Amino acid sequence: MTEPILKVKGLEKHFQLDRNRVLKAVDGISFEVMPGETFGLVGESGCGKSTAGRTIINLYDATNGEVLFEGKNIHKLRGKNQKKFRRDMQMIFQDPYASLNPRKTVMDIIAEGLDIHELSNGKSRQEIVCELLETVGLNKSHATRYPHEFSGGQRQRIGIARALAMEPKFIIADEPISALDVSVQAQVVNLMRKLQKEKGLTYLFIAHDLSMVKYISDRVGVMYLGKMAELADSDALYSEPLHPYTQGLLSTAPIPDPIQAKEREKIRIKGEIPSPLNPPSGCRFRTRCPHAMSVCAQVEPIWQEAKPNHWVACHLYSNSNPQ
Amino acid sequence: MKPILEVSDLHVSFRSQDTEVKAIRGVDFTVGEGEVVAFVGESGSGKSVTFQTVMRLIPQPPAKIDKGKVLYGGRDLTKLSEIEMQKIRGKEIAMIFQDPMTSLNPTIRIGNQISESLIKHQKLSAKEAKERAIELLKIVGIPSPSERVEQFPHQFSGGMRQRAMIAMALACSPKLLIADEPTTALDVTIQAQIIDLLKNLQTKTGSSIVFITHDLGVVAEIADRVAVMYAGKIVESGTLDEIFYNPQHPYTWGLLQSMPKLDQNRDQELASIPGSCPSLVNPPAGCPFTGRCPHAMKICQEEMPEVTKSSSSHQVACWLQHPNAPEVKSPIEPERRWVD
Repeated sequence: MTEPILKVKGLEKHFQLDRNRVLKAVDGISFEVMPGETFGLVGESGCGKSTAGRTIINLYDATNGEVLFEGKNIHKLRGKNQKKFRRDMQMIFQDPYASLNPRKTVMDIIAEGLDIHELSNGKSRQEIVCELLETVGLNKSHATRYPHEFSGGQRQRIGIARALAMEPKFIIADEPISALDVSVQAQVVNLMRKLQKEKGLTYLFIAHDLSMVKYISDRVGVMYLGKMAELADSDALYSEPLHPYTQGLLSTAPIPDPIQAKEREKIRIKGEIPSPLNPPSGCRFRTRCPHAMSVCAQVEPIWQEAKPNHWVACHLYSNSNPQ
Repeated sequence: MKPILEVSDLHVSFRSQDTEVKAIRGVDFTVGEGEVVAFVGESGSGKSVTFQTVMRLIPQPPAKIDKGKVLYGGRDLTKLSEIEMQKIRGKEIAMIFQDPMTSLNPTIRIGNQISESLIKHQKLSAKEAKERAIELLKIVGIPSPSERVEQFPHQFSGGMRQRAMIAMALACSPKLLIADEPTTALDVTIQAQIIDLLKNLQTKTGSSIVFITHDLGVVAEIADRVAVMYAGKIVESGTLDEIFYNPQHPYTWGLLQSMPKLDQNRDQELASIPGSCPSLVNPPAGCPFTGRCPHAMKICQEEMPEVTKSSSSHQVACWLQHPNAPEVKSPIEPERRWVD
């Protein structure tokens, strides 16, 4: 059996806001990602999915827990190993307008990593950049232009080319398509899938668009207020969601089909996501949960494998619970 | 259905020193009484500009209404003075904006922002207006409204700000509500709550709603009729079922296909529309979708297609509708299509 390329164990990331207030953005999540797969991470804004991604790539130090990439704890890497990790894992950002330096040419943006890591391998910088531009569906004449000359979709392609320049094994894509128009989203998703096949990439795909996540991911984790609520194969998660939060999310996701939209069962999640500064006791979802029981306020549900490869943290599936 | 808003042959352009962007290039549509009409399209397709023109909220200059009529209650809104327009805005036609963060004044209490139009249009006293504001906050589902009414926008969450915006828009019971991407900045669970709220209010008050969005999933939830915009023109319009189950324009096909269904086969590539929207500085003479259309013909580049009707409510502007055009099969799967 192949080893997972990434193991996240009990990862926590807390931000100390002032002397008395700690924001527990990520509060103990664990999952594994196998080489070559796409792992989707979904949840509402403020659930900690982006913080999780940023901690996994070591943009933030972890407060607690471990991130093992190819067996090594990435927060403990130093020197040569650290430099290698920074090549092996790359990130694509949400906002194609804010994530490219407006004062650099596309050539310099894409080649910045090549320069730092001295990766030219005998080929000229220009050659590599032109190849990358063609790989992502732009052409080499674009290399001398500046980001403002491109549309959102094209900029996202530049961001992808910049990530690919490092020949990474693992790419964290943080909402890579949510700033794009629908017709362009499909282009970028198709490109990402094509690159994955050609280069054997592994993706951590962070998003809030459930239908796109289902389409691109092999497995999906659902986060709520810094915790993982449910994790399963993407088909199993969508056909048989166990956690009431996942059920609610799926039934509120807009579907572009009026008849289905009218006929499907609507589970409405009431209220809003509570502040992560002061999360509810016990199960964090209980304040909005249609099935909340008294135990939910007292005991935090354990993270358990309710079905083969289908993990959930909910008292409805606890063995001690008669239901 | 009696039309409440009739827009005909509207042309709007934006000028700077040396360029002119033709943002709206001949738009015709009507909104009926008690109807929910969705306007869909990509960014830059002109859907927001169209309704900012209706509300006369676009700054002139740089914008200029080159041509066309916006008829509301027998009057052409493009011809009204600013003072006359102020009597219509908020009272007859109200608008909800995409970003509740920037469209509420951060220095004014929520209650006072809602009261403003009540005092101006309905001549209520400050005290009466505040009571009505509390009532409105209650209607839009804000808990403990009498405390909330004293608070400032930063004390509200995103979803609550959008509810407050809706309360403001509803204050004078407008006949037409224009909602410009009202749920785009919100999470799906909150989006569903806001859509439910708008639907309920619409059934209760019987007002008309124009819903501007790029999300076809949201359209399927709320609209009676749909207009698809592309590069400053309406390329197809029809009832909800006609657009989703019997679309005629290749752009509509592309839009519908590029959204993955929840039962989408993962081994298949998503059908995407290649390229991006044409520049409207020098808009193409022919159909603006030609460059991205898999079925483009020679005529498409040369001449804009006429609008043809395939039913009393279904209109398409595409050369494929011409009797001499080759037969092209809609790629929308037959089992998904609407059979009547």
